[in-house]
Amino acid sequence: MSGFGNALSSSIGRKYVMGITGIFLILFLIVHAGINSLIFLDDNGLKFNIGAHFMATNWIIRAGEYVLFLGLLVHIYQALNLTIKNKKARPEGYAAYNGSANSKWYSRSMGLLGTLLLIFLVIHLKDFWVVSRFTGIPTVDANGNEDLYAVMRAKFQDPVRVAAYVLLMISLCYHLLHGFASAFQTMGWNHSKYNGIIKNVGVWYAIIISIVFALMPIAVYTHLIN
Amino acid sequence: MSTGNMNLTLKVWRQKNNNTKGALVDYKLSGISPDMSFLEMFDVLNEDLINKGEEPVVFDHDCREGICGMCSMFINGRPHGPKDLVTTCQLHMRSFKDGDTIVVEPWRAAAFPVVKDLTVDRSAFDRVIAAGGFISVNTGNAQDANSLPIPKMQADAAFEAAACIGCGACVATCKNASAMLFVSAKISQLALLPQGQPERYRRVQSMVAQMDAEGFGNCTNTGACEAECPKGISLENIARMNRDFASAKFLSEETI
Repeated sequence: MSGFGNALSSSIGRKYVMGITGIFLILFLIVHAGINSLIFLDDNGLKFNIGAHFMATNWIIRAGEYVLFLGLLVHIYQALNLTIKNKKARPEGYAAYNGSANSKWYSRSMGLLGTLLLIFLVIHLKDFWVVSRFTGIPTVDANGNEDLYAVMRAKFQDPVRVAAYVLLMISLCYHLLHGFASAFQTMGWNHSKYNGIIKNVGVWYAIIISIVFALMPIAVYTHLIN
Repeated sequence: MSTGNMNLTLKVWRQKNNNTKGALVDYKLSGISPDMSFLEMFDVLNEDLINKGEEPVVFDHDCREGICGMCSMFINGRPHGPKDLVTTCQLHMRSFKDGDTIVVEPWRAAAFPVVKDLTVDRSAFDRVIAAGGFISVNTGNAQDANSLPIPKMQADAAFEAAACIGCGACVATCKNASAMLFVSAKISQLALLPQGQPERYRRVQSMVAQMDAEGFGNCTNTGACEAECPKGISLENIARMNRDFASAKFLSEETI
């Protein structure tokens, strides 16, 4: 058989799809965390709103948004697909299974962590993306930009939402802790000179990204900024 | 062998064949020597069962030297038991404590159907090997052993991959019942050497296709296989297989 379809429907091809979309989402999170960090300038969200305005109006970013959603959907679809296949590969489970003896719990729980993140994403998109893209941001800031920062401040007055955001960032951290290095291994980028760097960068990436995101609702709620 | 003083409770998986349901059955054993191997302990159990007129527990074993890859017991939630880098036959009862309860199950994977009790059919591995785990050799006189220069590191890496005994512990312990460590070792041992180059990109495609056809699961890089492998086969082999597979599918014009 020839063609790429055959390659992508194989076990390794599906891994590649997970790895490539995963790396793409990892890169997206850097951009997302970077722009959102503008709120920490504590300038009443002026710079942040400029960033948000750029992201909402620049046509390259707008096109990129479609690619992002596509990448996300493919990542989710392939994960579900692989999970079902993997369950079929062991129809009868063990009475005693000592997973912690040979692997990290979060590496075995990517599906659970991913599902939590999906739930988070639905809430998160409804909180901000739907507002900025569809229902409209009610106010403008001093520069005349739509005041997404005000929306953020309003949303993060709710302690339940703040707690949910922070808790789900823990699941993001663990998802990335495995996902980052795993994507490299899947792509075949395993090299004794670079393995240590990949592992360390992955750990720091997961921790920093999660903390930066978690600090946003905390900082707004506790009035650390503004 | 010294007579021992260990008392153990075994919970052993008994299953008539692949069409019937199995269950864990409790057996009490006493007087077990800590110097016995795990399989010798099973020999004692089977002697007891035969003397009582019961059916002995069927389990795979052959060399009992840790090199053939036949023994295949999932002991207390781990393939080949609690120790690293040993097979079940090289596991000794001194690794357990007097009074322990030990759960013994067969490898569990759709691709490894239970034959009886603790014995599973691992011929799926044979079919993966047959799909491409070979090289072409010219007929005629045998070449001088070192006629092809091979860098030491390369030769060592190939040798380490070739240490795989095909026991299936990687499949057994993987939460996805994936065979990627086994298949990647069998691909790597040839891909790393000049003799393996002519079929290199055909081989990886054929063997991966057979692995998928056998119904093994998909790797999620938990690393459990590497940790449990009695021969210490490295995850690096899986990365190499992934690279070769991508090269074969996206860059090579050779298809299978």
